[in-house]
Amino acid sequence: MENNTPTMLSVSSSPHRHSGENTAYIMQDVLIALVPAALMSVVYFGWRSAMLIVLCTATCVLTEYVCRRIMKRKQTISDFSAAVTGVLLAFNLPPTLNPLFAVLGSVFAIAVVKQMFGGIGMNFVNPALAARIFLLISFPSHMSRWSLPFFYMSANSATDVVSTATPLAQMASDNMNTPMIDLFIGLHGGCLGETCALALLLGGMYLLLRKVITPHIPLAFIGTVAIIALIAGQNPVAHVLSGGVILGSVFMATDYTTCPVNKTGRVIYGIGCGIITMTIRLFGSLPEGVSYSIVLMNILTPHIETLTQSSPFGSEVKSSGKQ
Amino acid sequence: MDTSKSNNKKAAAEKELLLPKRPFRTHGGVHVEHMKNTAEVASEEIPTPKKVIVSMQQHIGAACEPIVKKGDKVTVGQLIADSTSFMCAPIHSGVSGEVTNIGTIIMPNGAEIRTIEIESDGRQTVCPDIEPPVVTNADELYAAVRKSGLVGLGGAGFPVSIKLNFSPDKKVDTLVINGAECEPYLTADYREMMEYPEDIIEGTRFVMETLGLKRSIIGIEGNKPLAIKRLDEIIKERSLDDRMCVLKLGTSYPHGAEKVLIKACTNRAVPVGKIPADAGCVVLNITSVSFIAKYVRTGMPLVSKRITVDGSAIENPKNVIAPIGTMIADIAEFCGGFKQEPKKVLMGGPMMGTALYTLDYPIIKQNNGLIFMGQKEADDIKPSDCIRCGRCVAACPMLLTPVNIQHLVEKRDVQGLNDLCVMSCMECGCCGFSCPARRPLVQYLRMAKSIVKSGR
Repeated sequence: MENNTPTMLSVSSSPHRHSGENTAYIMQDVLIALVPAALMSVVYFGWRSAMLIVLCTATCVLTEYVCRRIMKRKQTISDFSAAVTGVLLAFNLPPTLNPLFAVLGSVFAIAVVKQMFGGIGMNFVNPALAARIFLLISFPSHMSRWSLPFFYMSANSATDVVSTATPLAQMASDNMNTPMIDLFIGLHGGCLGETCALALLLGGMYLLLRKVITPHIPLAFIGTVAIIALIAGQNPVAHVLSGGVILGSVFMATDYTTCPVNKTGRVIYGIGCGIITMTIRLFGSLPEGVSYSIVLMNILTPHIETLTQSSPFGSEVKSSGKQ
Repeated sequence: MDTSKSNNKKAAAEKELLLPKRPFRTHGGVHVEHMKNTAEVASEEIPTPKKVIVSMQQHIGAACEPIVKKGDKVTVGQLIADSTSFMCAPIHSGVSGEVTNIGTIIMPNGAEIRTIEIESDGRQTVCPDIEPPVVTNADELYAAVRKSGLVGLGGAGFPVSIKLNFSPDKKVDTLVINGAECEPYLTADYREMMEYPEDIIEGTRFVMETLGLKRSIIGIEGNKPLAIKRLDEIIKERSLDDRMCVLKLGTSYPHGAEKVLIKACTNRAVPVGKIPADAGCVVLNITSVSFIAKYVRTGMPLVSKRITVDGSAIENPKNVIAPIGTMIADIAEFCGGFKQEPKKVLMGGPMMGTALYTLDYPIIKQNNGLIFMGQKEADDIKPSDCIRCGRCVAACPMLLTPVNIQHLVEKRDVQGLNDLCVMSCMECGCCGFSCPARRPLVQYLRMAKSIVKSGR
């Protein structure tokens, strides 16, 4: 057939419309959701906190750029996923950490955990958490040197850092003395981004409203922590608000790549995170277990997905003729 | 325990046959911008085209064989192609004139198919053999509908006679009329509802009573309040409201997909790999039942089609009634030509339509839309890596897992794809629409199905 069409028409598979969403928009939403907690950490822990956040983010993005360059693959820094990893890793560090350790952690997160497994969507554990655990195991004393909020305003801040026990450490030694309201607004020692539950929950609300995350994992995770604390005869509110439960359940456990894709799977995964967290907190030698719980559940994600594979619509009914 | 269960089941079955007040819950789906720009514009008939090319593949199933030859004179409504195959609908001429050639054309899927080229004399002489059919029972209805050449006018193009020819042991009790028209842009069915509401109700009543069905449910998306109101009024006027109702559906896509529509209207699920009759339903498109009413009255077979012409590249979007076989270029010209160069031309709606490779292509019976997309609208963004966000899983109306299916396709894992029930996919496009990484998921699903079918 002769072709009178003046131009080349483009052909492609349906659908020919798109929601307009893309990976970069999603990651930008996550970054926006992290802003309140980042601001609060700067208020509580001063310039060191801001410096660590900027440093980790910059190192992660640079590492990603270099890795993709060396591997001769398409650049992916514009999808903002490396920036999210950087901010989340910073949130998981003590405010007074030596910046060199932060750089080391960032390189480990992106180069080893993310890019060596194939980049975005391929890593089997959360890069930020894996890097935190790497630092925690390698440099335990540096990674558990906590300071009180506003330490930088005290007279001797230039020379020394006021060390404090985190509420969880207090709980572990039966010496809990942080008021609940302080736990909620973050006036206590801890990692720089995890203390202010209020700011993290605000970010979480934003992610839910923007449909970036579904409520399944945070609710299952937090609910399980509260219930186990109640059974163990401890204060459930204190357990939920202290340590990394809010940060972990809202921002870390909901990482797309490492959590199950279906709703049932996500609930099971959230419950699993809660159980492991509380097992470590109640029976382990460490005061905190959120990072380990999420990483362990990350590893179980493929199995959870296989076990919760939904059967297609119409697979449970019989033909009306055979009834 | 068992008796109470079966009693409950019986009670539920009786209760189930009531007319639904509101739609039942369906799975998945996405919210697509409606863009029904042509909704309130009356349909216009295109002047008789000089030339039509009638494809022998106007439907799902076996292709027809031409029964006219070069030089034959044909009239409007004259049978020009037929087949002895079961899965087929005969084809009639939409213009009067002379057969100039029996040629071939390459379809968008790459297959070559025979065509009948007819040069019109412009007189539109009607075939003298046309007379209203006598239909008094289900067999006669089946035969008449086959003779009319009717295929499902919603877009899939399934020969309608086969839908009506279900075996009696299927216990079919419900006629579901598909007026969802959930594709963006398309308003062809909506115009039928606004222009011929009486025919729709008459056709529905006629099919329901001839087949001995107990109830009819006309499912229409909530974005067409005027049509819902009008059809409801006619049902009440004709006091059919004890066995017929208009059901206002939600506006999420794809409410017009057969299995989704059945779930929304009757709360029944069509068993995997089975047909609507296995869920006790017959589903007909709203324009199809309206056509049946007209055919029973006049005997004029399916020779023309209302098509929504829209998209960012066309000058005057509108609904055009054109004879089957009219060239797309002629239709574009009738709509004022292009205001910008068309980059992508779709046959059907933007969610499930086929992209054409040329404007030199004729419309077919199942065509309900021609979308001319300009540069910006057609812009294809390259896919990036899957981030496993799970949006495709949440969007799938059939509860499939496109995120995992794509990996199995790359591995050509037949068993794994079978386990994930890829054959249930109806290619509605919800997964691809919602994918932030722009993965070509529908394409993967099509490959998955062909891998399972061929076993390698």
